[in-house]
Amino acid sequence: MSVETPDVLVVGAGPAGLAAADAARRAGAQVVLLDAAGDAGGQYWRHLPAERPAADERVLHHGWDKFTALRGQELLTDAQVWLAERHDDRPPTLHVLVGPADGNERTPRTFAPKALVLATGAYERTLPFPGWDLPGVFTAGAAQALAKAERIAVGRRVLVAGAGPFLLPVASSLLRTGAGVVGVFEANGWSRLRKAWTARPAELLSTRHKAGELAGYVRDLARNRIPYRTGTAVIAAHGTDRVTAVTVARLDPEWAPVPGTERRLDVDAVCVSHGFVPRTELAVSAGCGLDAYGAVVTDENGRTSVPGVYAAGEITGIGGADLALAEGVIAGLAAANAATTSAASTSAAGTANVGVTEEQRRARRDNQRFADRLERAHGIRPGWAGWLGDDTVVCRCEEVTAGDLKAGAAATGSRGLRSLKLSTRAGLGVCQGRVCGRTVEELLHRHTGGLLDPGRTASRPLAAFVRMGELAAANHPEESA
Amino acid sequence: MTTTGPARLGPDADPVRPGPTSPITLIVDGEPVRGVEGQTVAGVLLGAGRLTWRTTRHGRPRGVFCGIGVCHDCLVTVNDLADVRACQRRAVDGDTITTGEPQ
Repeated sequence: MSVETPDVLVVGAGPAGLAAADAARRAGAQVVLLDAAGDAGGQYWRHLPAERPAADERVLHHGWDKFTALRGQELLTDAQVWLAERHDDRPPTLHVLVGPADGNERTPRTFAPKALVLATGAYERTLPFPGWDLPGVFTAGAAQALAKAERIAVGRRVLVAGAGPFLLPVASSLLRTGAGVVGVFEANGWSRLRKAWTARPAELLSTRHKAGELAGYVRDLARNRIPYRTGTAVIAAHGTDRVTAVTVARLDPEWAPVPGTERRLDVDAVCVSHGFVPRTELAVSAGCGLDAYGAVVTDENGRTSVPGVYAAGEITGIGGADLALAEGVIAGLAAANAATTSAASTSAAGTANVGVTEEQRRARRDNQRFADRLERAHGIRPGWAGWLGDDTVVCRCEEVTAGDLKAGAAATGSRGLRSLKLSTRAGLGVCQGRVCGRTVEELLHRHTGGLLDPGRTASRPLAAFVRMGELAAANHPEESA
Repeated sequence: MTTTGPARLGPDADPVRPGPTSPITLIVDGEPVRGVEGQTVAGVLLGAGRLTWRTTRHGRPRGVFCGIGVCHDCLVTVNDLADVRACQRRAVDGDTITTGEPQ
């Protein structure tokens, strides 16, 4: 099998990847853009498939014109990267399987790009609570994806809860998909929200179009008389084979439930989001350095710690689509510049002009400030562990409970994350700790008095699930280099 | 029509003003289940009002949780191929879907 050698390979066709590929193409680079999904857009512009055209699809979206302008690019769809093979002197070689998701007869392709842009996005962080594994409890992102791409409402009496501005568009999408929304509950109280969102108002000017978006969501809630409650969380879901009710409670500023404030609400679905986790499997396997929040570290040109590897969008820190677009443009230009000029001149190109305009840099800075504000207003606080019971499932795959983690730490006396994962089996199931990894780390950190090897749940030898038969059929990595 | 659980919005009520769709039929555990072309397997199942199609080792029911291919809660067997994420796999007319744990 031949190895393809584009100037720039962009992984992920959400806002960041689309912007990066577009910018690199405009700069004259030969670009391959690929995505594991069947179409461009990522989760942000997740939309109806080509087989289901709709005249007014834009009513479900923001920035639809921007997407329309970017989506016409050539895109390799259904392309799952499963291995990044590292080299000392150039970007990694990526091994890709192309075909139906989780198939067994996909076509292997191999790319050794001159520059690589990772734009793999993020997925949701959902904190566990009793009953969160009952069917009918969804991530807010699932509700959003099903509404936008399938026109399916996850329920008829739906509660949206968690933390962050993402709860609002999810509620709006549910309403436009025929669901009844019983409330939107934000864990943080007004005082924290007000402090974070009203500080240094001048900084918000450049991102003021977001206020218009917000006003639209608030209008949706008001028109449908949907309560938006702050300092409130779902602390339990009830039902036998599906969720039929939830318990909600007031939270203190550290997110500990306030005793005596519990209330029961009848629902047939709950959509929960407590924030997002950068999707760094590929970046980690490529050797890119991460920061304390698990995001890929980049310089002002989007360069990671690995030569020739760039990153843009949510994997460099959670900041939303506008920041992703701004970062994508810069990383795409820098990657194109590095790939199409001689090695000698790019070795010192860290802060050199790579064709990025001052306006593009300002867009990145302004949206970065917005992202910092987001974290100050909505970031997870430690009191949430107060709503766990010993029998609350933490790891959904292996059904490891909060009590199992506590007992495992006490019984072994170990402070090693790796050994505690092996003895409790937390995070070792089919999702490989993607859902529970951070939660398991945080809980074990408390039970052990501090882990010796934190941050390890992001390390996985393979970037994606592959079948043994496909592994055997794909050519051996060492032969392709 | 049930009044609880997941549902696909009918075209007449849909503010996106959908165009024509092509019906497909999946055979789910031996029974025909209707959907439209372009849906995922999970979309067809949820659209038919089905919330659960797997149980864990400890007998706990599972269906869709993350909806974006991360959590692996929604695994099904498609045309005898086990462990396919229903939320990621595009449904093809005539696909045979087997739920529950693979044999």
